[in-house]
Amino acid sequence: MLTLIRMELLKIFKKWRTYIGFLAIAILIPIIQIATYFEGSGYLNMALQGLKQQFFFVGNLLNGYFLGNMLLNSLFVHIPFLIVLVAGDLLAGEATAGTYRIILTRPVSRFQLINAKFIAGILYTVSLLLWMALLSLGLSLVIFGSGELVVIRQKIIILAANDVLWRFALAYLYAILSMSTVMALAFLFSSLVENSIGPIIGALAVIIIFMIISVLPIHSLEAVKPFLFTNHLDKWMEFFGDPVDYPQIFKSAFVLLLHIGGFYVITLKIFTGKDILS
Amino acid sequence: MLSEQKIIEVHGLTKKFGKLTAVDHLELNVYRGDVFGFLGPNGAGKSTTIRMLLSLVKPTSGSIQIFGKPLSRERARILRRIGAIVEKSDFYLYLSAYKNLEILARISGIAHPEKRIREILELVRLTDRAHSKVKTFSHGMKQRLGIAQALLHDPELIILDEPSTGLDPRGVKEVRDLIFRLSKEEGKTIFISSHILKEIEQVANRLLIINKGAAQVEGTVEELLNSEQLSVTFEVDSLKKALKTLEHSQWISLLESARNNRLEFKLAKKSIPELTDKLVREQVKISAIIPRRSLEDYFLKITQGDL
Repeated sequence: MLTLIRMELLKIFKKWRTYIGFLAIAILIPIIQIATYFEGSGYLNMALQGLKQQFFFVGNLLNGYFLGNMLLNSLFVHIPFLIVLVAGDLLAGEATAGTYRIILTRPVSRFQLINAKFIAGILYTVSLLLWMALLSLGLSLVIFGSGELVVIRQKIIILAANDVLWRFALAYLYAILSMSTVMALAFLFSSLVENSIGPIIGALAVIIIFMIISVLPIHSLEAVKPFLFTNHLDKWMEFFGDPVDYPQIFKSAFVLLLHIGGFYVITLKIFTGKDILS
Repeated sequence: MLSEQKIIEVHGLTKKFGKLTAVDHLELNVYRGDVFGFLGPNGAGKSTTIRMLLSLVKPTSGSIQIFGKPLSRERARILRRIGAIVEKSDFYLYLSAYKNLEILARISGIAHPEKRIREILELVRLTDRAHSKVKTFSHGMKQRLGIAQALLHDPELIILDEPSTGLDPRGVKEVRDLIFRLSKEEGKTIFISSHILKEIEQVANRLLIINKGAAQVEGTVEELLNSEQLSVTFEVDSLKKALKTLEHSQWISLLESARNNRLEFKLAKKSIPELTDKLVREQVKISAIIPRRSLEDYFLKITQGDL
């Protein structure tokens, strides 16, 4: 099994499309960091305008933690695009290339192949998010230094510098779970067709439709909304609350895990019963 | 048949795609050491059968036993001992020939495949292109790499689906020589499909002709191709005169067709001089005598869609 996973990772990381996500992050984050370096204090002043009339702020508020949080917040919505680009190709890519004929005529079961590809897809997701963490948090800390984290949501929360790093660690762990759900969805679509464009469009369409349903003020849809995975993707933010809303996080994580499991089982069922005609 | 041990045993194999029956109650036996030719026109059901033998396609009904074991239950064990090319050879185009073979070798359970990969690349004359990406390969080179991947894990049974497609005459000869060598020197069992009778005739010891999903003829190549019964066409100057000459003779019962100054008979090889003599004696001018073996004739009819 380890060999199969290694081979799948080799295939993923030998394709140039894999690096589109890494490259996009590597371009976007430094641009935001540079812009913030020159204009960030203005943004922070504007955000804290009301408070500054009543409180006296000291220390480095425009720090690496602030940037790390802001970047995760603003880029998170775009990461699914980068995930489906690779995940949508995991199975459909083999069908397009006709390479099932050389892989599945080896002593490898379809169950093993699906597992290896699924795990490789998760590892790609992990690596993309770690890359994002490295640049958005690591590089920001190097450029801007550390300090208290100001979280601007419905209310403004200020977290002590020594109370932040574990929140980032857990937030990224949750983000991995979120993006693994997106990966599993694209993987499912990938098992249905024989070209990679279909799964990419299909997975993104589902995400967009679910997101629209989530915000529609239609009473009859209210019962469905808690079960839509898109409503649980951004719950990593809860780790920056005070106190942290753990029941909500666990509930959302459970919904996401159910989706991942469901998508995986359906993919397995489709793929194991499929005739390889490509 | 070179041995009594059955390597492939197929009973009542059927595959339906909706209303289309691609393979229809096929019976097939391949024995150890056979070079088994699987012959049929395009769309006859050859590739579907091969895909079922390799568990790429699930049969609608029927059974497949390979090495005496049921394929449905012992798939992995069986595939470990099979090397195959299914239709055209496709690879990961963005990887080198070496990397492609390395992936396949490792999946096949070869822990240190480096030496074997070098040997096999040398065998198919691709050593100097080992580290080139497959997307830069010609069709013939890909086909040779296809043969390399089929032989990589030293299989006992080799299944080759139209292995000469796209090869130049030198490549075709090399494939033929390789099949001879694998069969004669290494004792491999080879199952080779083709839509070209000549190709099969030159390498196979047994063959089966399939058409519209069903087996039509099966036997040893020697039996089937060297049958005494021939289809012989006499090209004459006057059809009327020739028919009048043969009227009331035993030859008329052997006549298959008479049109466009051509008389077509089903007869034994030794009867040709006697019939020629009769026609010549009656002043019928013969411009050509065209003998065709009955299997060749039959196969021609199949490929032309007459049957």
